[in-house]
Amino acid sequence: MADELKDNILAYVTKEYLEDDSEPLNYETPLISGGIVDSFSMVSLKRFLENKYNISIPDDKATPEAFDSVNKIAVLVREFVKV
Amino acid sequence: MSHIGSYDDRLKNFSWNISEKELGYKPGDVINIGWYCTDRICQMGKANKPALIWEGSTGPEKRYTYNDIRLASNTIGAYLRGLGLQAGDRVCLFMDKIPELYLGFLGILKIGEIAQPLFSAFGDESLFFRLSNAEASAVITQKKHVPKVRKILDKLPHLKHIIIVGHEGAAPLKEREVAFNLEKAGPVDAFQIHPTMAESPSVLHYTSGTTGMPKGVKHVHYSLIAQYLTGKWALDLRDDDIYWCTADPGWVTGTSYGIIAPFSLGVTQCVLDAGFQAESWYKFIEKRRVSMWYSAPTAIRSLMKAGDEIVKKHDLSSLRHLASVGEPLNSEAVVWSQKVFGKPFYDTYWQTETGCIVISNYPGMEVRPGSMGKPFPGVTGVVLDPVKNEPYPAPGKIGLVALKFDWPSRMRTYWNNEEAFQKKFRGGWYITGDRARLDNEGYFWFAGRDDDIINTAGHLVSPFEVESALLEHPAVAESAVVSKPDPINLEVVKAFVTLKPGFTAGKDLDLEIMNFIRKKLSPLAMPQEIEFVAGLPKTRSGKIMRRILHAKEWGEEIGDTSTLEND
Repeated sequence: MADELKDNILAYVTKEYLEDDSEPLNYETPLISGGIVDSFSMVSLKRFLENKYNISIPDDKATPEAFDSVNKIAVLVREFVKV
Repeated sequence: MSHIGSYDDRLKNFSWNISEKELGYKPGDVINIGWYCTDRICQMGKANKPALIWEGSTGPEKRYTYNDIRLASNTIGAYLRGLGLQAGDRVCLFMDKIPELYLGFLGILKIGEIAQPLFSAFGDESLFFRLSNAEASAVITQKKHVPKVRKILDKLPHLKHIIIVGHEGAAPLKEREVAFNLEKAGPVDAFQIHPTMAESPSVLHYTSGTTGMPKGVKHVHYSLIAQYLTGKWALDLRDDDIYWCTADPGWVTGTSYGIIAPFSLGVTQCVLDAGFQAESWYKFIEKRRVSMWYSAPTAIRSLMKAGDEIVKKHDLSSLRHLASVGEPLNSEAVVWSQKVFGKPFYDTYWQTETGCIVISNYPGMEVRPGSMGKPFPGVTGVVLDPVKNEPYPAPGKIGLVALKFDWPSRMRTYWNNEEAFQKKFRGGWYITGDRARLDNEGYFWFAGRDDDIINTAGHLVSPFEVESALLEHPAVAESAVVSKPDPINLEVVKAFVTLKPGFTAGKDLDLEIMNFIRKKLSPLAMPQEIEFVAGLPKTRSGKIMRRILHAKEWGEEIGDTSTLEND
């Protein structure tokens, strides 16, 4: 489940936000601080996660720090996914 | 003691000649911003002083002295000349905040070409319109942004050169592409700077209007006179400062106060090319010992949201003066700043069209939290009665912020659109498009926009441009775009959409449309909320009434609906 979750996030970020496909992302690539996803685009990434996993992420949890890598996003999503 | 000293004393007998004299410029002389920002500072004995200290999200820092930026801007200028580009040609800078952006800007100006900086997050349609409108001859970009340029290349016959920074080891170059490596190109010492004059065009920044497509704001080399003095008096930039302007040079703050003002004053500035995070920003201030910090209300509110505890973890004692620009700075942010940094953010007000700060709070002057401040000496600012097109005879009433159009860095026209330029004037006054009131002491207080333009995080977004792009989505039949209040960004984009037959509203379509606009225009223009509706409010002649939707979002009175189609 964990890898599938990360793989889904990684695939989505790569498809939607990466401009140059010659530099592949990994789970630890800095997304926000690395300038791949900006604060406005974070809104659409949050919306994707909410739609895909049928969750609601409160605004105070959707911080640049929490969205800074696939690993961190996966931790955040797991907080809200009902097991 | 601040540079400006007493604001009231500065108003007496003010002349822009003060700035001309300090810069050693006399009317009729050659004036080239690139030279003033580099060669002149070296000639003043500061060749070895750090000019630019750059840090990215990864990798080593880069440091440039004033002599380094002189040589590097020569190198870029010589390279562009070698490609056959000539004075007056438009050269677009489409890059993240990497050193080549700053150095390229100066190099372009040195050879008399017109710099057209564009925000690197622009989507291909935003990029296409601006490159096409400017008829740019070349674009300097990074490998990561090349795919966006390639996508629109066939529609850009004027674009002869795509100059790619950081192309090493990448896929083969395509039509019209060349790779450029600043280090490998080597320094160019002997260099003939183009003899630009006061009215020679320098910079073309694009800005959004309420109707029609974005307009290119044309500035000239003489703008330096105002950018230099406002940098000195309003921002209080000092010789021993470590200055940090957080703005991207894709926007006017990033060029007027992220390049021209600090370099023409010989100040050391540092740049952080990384996405926003409170922790990394505070670390940067601490590590670089930033003393003058020029930022934006959205960033300040984001820092407020991150809390006070994180501030205490860092030694921010180097901070001497703080200023803000982009949108109105709310009083809570000023009070918070005083509490956590021990000093307030001084709000400054200006626009792409003004080229420099025109209304501001000044060091040494009482800050009234929430106020825009007072006009810069040499700038005549009034609150205009929108009916009579004359200044109100007494303070207190909300009207149009208007300026006497005579300061050095005012725009000269909109590129290829003199008609739109002329529409910016009423009764001889330049109309900013903002509304405000004056208090009894002459302070301006922002009251809102006078049009439908959306100010999101200090950037203007045209509802017309977003609506036009929405209609290109296969599911969208009609759309209306308005602003929606937002606690961090002041306003964000909201779209009302009707769907074509066969499409069903839902969260997947909502996300698809958001991403469609983000990629086509920019993340700023992406609607953060889409409301699917059965129909849009229209006049009987069929015009969509945005103001009704706007009023609904802001909880305001809807007003006169006598022309409403379904009323």
